[in-house]
Formats: sequence, C-alpha cells, structure tokens
Amino acid sequence: MATFSAPKIVSSRKDFDDSHTLSRYLETGGYVALKKALGMFPEKVAAEVDAASLLGRGGAGFPAGRKWSMLRRSPISYLVVNGDESEPATFKDHYLVERDPHQLIEGVVIAAYALQVSQAFIFLRGEFALGLERVQQAVNDAYAHGALGSKIFGSDFSLDIVVHPGAGAYICGEETALIEALEGKRGFPRIKPPFFPAVTGLYGEPTVVNNVETMSNLPWIVNNGGAAFAALGEGRSTGTRLFALAGRVKNPGVYEVEMVKNTFRDLIYDPQFGGGLINDKKIKAFIPGGVSAPWFGPDLLDLALGQDEVAEKGSMLGSGSVVVLDEDSCVVRATWRITKFFSRESCGQCTPCREGSGWIERAMYRIEHGGGRLEDLDLLLDLCDNISPGLLWPPQQTTICVLGPSIPSSVNSAISMFRNEFIAHIEHGGCPHD
Amino acid sequence: MSHFQNDLRKRAEDLVALYPVKRSAMLPLLHLAQEQDGYLSEEGITEVAQLVGTSEAEVRGTAAFYDMFHLEPVGKYVVGICTNIACLLAGGEELLEHATKKLGCAVGGTSSDGLFTLEETECLADCDIAPVVQVNHRYVRTTTPDAFDAMIEEVRDGKRESEIPSHGTLIRVRRSSGLQAPREEIAAQRATAQAAREARAAKEQK
Repeated sequence: MATFSAPKIVSSRKDFDDSHTLSRYLETGGYVALKKALGMFPEKVAAEVDAASLLGRGGAGFPAGRKWSMLRRSPISYLVVNGDESEPATFKDHYLVERDPHQLIEGVVIAAYALQVSQAFIFLRGEFALGLERVQQAVNDAYAHGALGSKIFGSDFSLDIVVHPGAGAYICGEETALIEALEGKRGFPRIKPPFFPAVTGLYGEPTVVNNVETMSNLPWIVNNGGAAFAALGEGRSTGTRLFALAGRVKNPGVYEVEMVKNTFRDLIYDPQFGGGLINDKKIKAFIPGGVSAPWFGPDLLDLALGQDEVAEKGSMLGSGSVVVLDEDSCVVRATWRITKFFSRESCGQCTPCREGSGWIERAMYRIEHGGGRLEDLDLLLDLCDNISPGLLWPPQQTTICVLGPSIPSSVNSAISMFRNEFIAHIEHGGCPHD
Repeated sequence: MSHFQNDLRKRAEDLVALYPVKRSAMLPLLHLAQEQDGYLSEEGITEVAQLVGTSEAEVRGTAAFYDMFHLEPVGKYVVGICTNIACLLAGGEELLEHATKKLGCAVGGTSSDGLFTLEETECLADCDIAPVVQVNHRYVRTTTPDAFDAMIEEVRDGKRESEIPSHGTLIRVRRSSGLQAPREEIAAQRATAQAAREARAAKEQK
C-alpha cells in the first residue's frame, strides 16, 4: 500500500499556479535555507549533504556528497547544472525548471557556497523555451532580491549564474558532452579517464556537474538537516524522488514518492498516482527507468522503488521515468522506436554505437513494417552483443560513453520477454496490430 | 557592417562577455542568429565566427550537430511532433500523419504558404500530455487531430503571436544584471576562503 506520510521535498509548490514567481517562493519559505547556509562554514554545508546520502538524480545515481568531496582536495572552479533532460519519457526536470525555478537557484547557490565556487552555469535543453525564460527571470529576480550576485545577503560570498541554452542533442545529458557543448563545441563525450569532471572539467578545470533535481533537494536538506533526509527511504536510497509516469496509465504525471517505501504497483495503480491503466487494461510490461533501462514484466510490479532494489533485478531507476505498456501495446513497434531514437542520437564517435545503432534500427524496422526474417532475431542479439559484450547488467562498454550500451536494453528485453510477438510479425509480414 | 540588426549585435557582445572563454557563447549566439534570420544564414554564421573568434567551418560544423539549428530556411513556425515511446503509445505517429495532411507537406517539409515547417521530434519531456506538440519550441498541448487543427488555424490567424514568437526567438527574457565584483576580487575572496578552510581542517586534525 502506498505511503503518503513523507514530506514533499521538491514538489511542495505543485498546487500553486504562480509557483515560479519570487513572491510565491518567499511566501512558502524560499531563501530561508540559503540564509542559514551562509551562516555555516562551507564544509559544514557539504557535510549535511554527505549525511543526507543524496544520490544524484540524473540517472547514474552517484552520491552527490562524494562527487563534491572528490574535489575538496583542490579548489573547484565551476559548478554546472545538468538540465538537458532528454531521456525519453523523463519529464521531472521539466517540471522543476518551469514550475519551481527559484528552488533550483537556491539549491545552486547553496551548492556553490559549499564548494566555494563563484561561477555557475545552468545548462537547459534548448527545447525548454518557457523553462529557459522562467529560469532567466528567476535569476534576474534573485539578483534583485540579493540572493545572487555580489555579497549575497550581506555575506562575503558572491556568485554569478549564467543560464545556458542547449540546442537539441540527447547526448549533451552525458556530463562530459555537456561540458563540450558549454565550451561551444559539438556534444562529443570525452574519453575517460579522467572519469570525473572533478579532475578535468570545464576549460580543463575542476568542475562539479549536478542534475536539476539533485540541486532542488538542497534547500530542504539545509533547512531540515541531512539526517532528516536520510531518515526517509531505506538503505542507500534516501529521501524522496520524482517519478515521471507515462504510457498507458490513466493519470500520467510527475509524482514525488518516498524511496523504497512504495512499489511500482503503487505508482502505477494507486489513485493518488497513476490510477491504473486506461480502460482497465492488463499491464504487459513496464520500463522502470528511462528507455536505457531493461524492461520488467508484471511479475515485478511489487518491487520497491529503490536504486539497489531495481539494480538487483537487472535494471535501473535511471532517470526516474516509468513507462507502462498495456496488453494491446505493440512491443515490436515500441522497441523499433527506441532503437530509432538511439540511432538518431548516437554522436558518431565510436564504431559499435554509430554503426550498431543504425543496423539494429534497420533490422527492427523491417520486422515491424514487413520484410523481417527469422534470423534477424539472432542478428539483433549478436549486434547488441557487439556493442555490449555478454549483454550483462550493468552493461559492459565498448564505447566512450554509456549511450552505446543503453541500446541493447530494450532489444534484449523485448526479444527475451516477447519472442513470440517478434515471430508473429515476421510470419505476418509486418505488424499484426496495423 | 554588422549582419546583426537593431540591438542584436549588442546582445551578442553581452553574451560573449558572460563567459570566461569566448567560444562558450557559440550555442547562444547561434540561437541569436536564428532569431534574426529564422535559420542560420551564411551571413549569420560569418558573424558568429567573428564574435567567438573561430572559423566559419567550425561554426557550421558545430551547428550541424544540433537539431534545433537549421542551415536552410524554414517556415515562420516550426511544428514539432514527438513519436518517441510515450507519444507512440498515445498515437504520436497518427497525429504526425494527420499533420502532414493538415499542413499539406511531408515530414521535414514546409507548407506551400511558407508558414509551417513540420518535424518529427525525439522526446520533448512533456510526456503526461501526449502526443507532445511544440510550435517554435513552445508546448501547445494539442493531443487530438481536432485540437491540432484549431491550434494551427489560430497560429495562422496570428492569434497566438504573444505566446509563440517567430521561429528562432528562444529566450525573450533579457538578463538584467550580473555579478558586479571584478574577477580579481572574486579570486582573492576564494583564496581567503580556501586558506580559512584549510586552517580549520588542520585544527581539526590536531
């Protein structure tokens, strides 16, 4: 049974139409945390985030506190916020930048203070026209309010935030590609090592890159303490998390849910959240964490919404997007569309991804649209194996970044769960649903 | 003679000044060039190259990587319809097919009056109101063919101009202020803060 006792940490202003304005933000406790943080030593602020065990909300789930502490050995130069939300069916950061930009900005100033950085960049995907305008307006208002700029709230701390628009490229969500884009180049992920921009980041200097939702949690953590955050959830998955629920459910949307204490079934069926499937159809499968994640069947509906819990079953919470397919959804078409996405978005640096993604897409296309061959199934799995040897989870990597190894997830899941549907397509000479 | 007209040159120079390295202004400047011309013209590319201090080939090569930049003229309104997973499950392909008939052009094409260019997009991160439709990167939230047609008529009649500016105009909110402290002052502040932090850490170790 779903539990609703947890506080709303990042979506507390969801019911206000003017949640994006400074006046509403101030009326609802805004910028109190920042004033508190500025009265603390910077390392104490960082220690609170460490104590919260806040896992990064971008997709990889790396602890934010550790990302920061890796840097404390050498002073860090830049803080970059990753708002390039483009993982298909993920729309939680969209909510946060458009509906609560001051919360994001307050989080950024707190993080910058903890790290003693004086220059931050908020990188937002270019397609967020309204989000870009709202965040820029909020930055302007924050300057006027004294929450940003020179000597913030009368302290010795100064910070500038530049709002930087992307221009349409999924790969820029990868943090080193994002840095390249911010340097005015093609969004080509950088070769690792160094594994972290903490070592060599923007302009070759130590840089922290954090996700929008990660930043948006910081005001609450400073106000309530890291321990209060860590008391929510269970194990490594602390606090709450925004889940973007999409697909064949009655109420798709962004829902803030306490980690681990609720299950996929709660999220999909509870009337407070998804409310069940459209026309009360049966669920066929669901994707637990963005299209880069392997799929789950209805047998795993009672799995807890926790990072390690999902990883144990061979997938990931990833970007916090859950996509529901019902009994009438064509899994072959869904898989083909996902492979088409990766084929379009592969940056082209690495051969397995560049060539593999297109080849897989063409094989999937002919199965869905007629012309598929039975041996295509083995071909598809072989191609996937060439991109990510062994088709293991977490995936092996033959490429610079994880876009490549994300391609096999849906193909391998769909073929192993619904082989008969692939065969039906091939024998029918196209999609039987058409 | 600057290709950027009116206040665009000044806005472009202000953008360049925001970044520690000029080239970082590349994407914002390319958006400005599109704001003026509706697409990336030769002259626009030349001007951006001058502003960021790189070659035109570098600018063109960078621009070509990103979906939002158009190297050929497009309609005043670029209509993007998503067919990715969440939209696919909600009839995105069917809506896109409908749009080709309504606008009288193929995907990637422009309507005969030159007003609308139709694109099939990847996920636009608004999946709870699927299929997602954007016009000039503004969400219009028309999920049915009828609503789509009504929206197109309103746009055609100029009824949505305040909400949906011409293609290329991305951010209408101007940056009103910035950090007033000189960079050297900030560097000195950071050095002081770092020394204080190290002193505290040393004290704790004792």
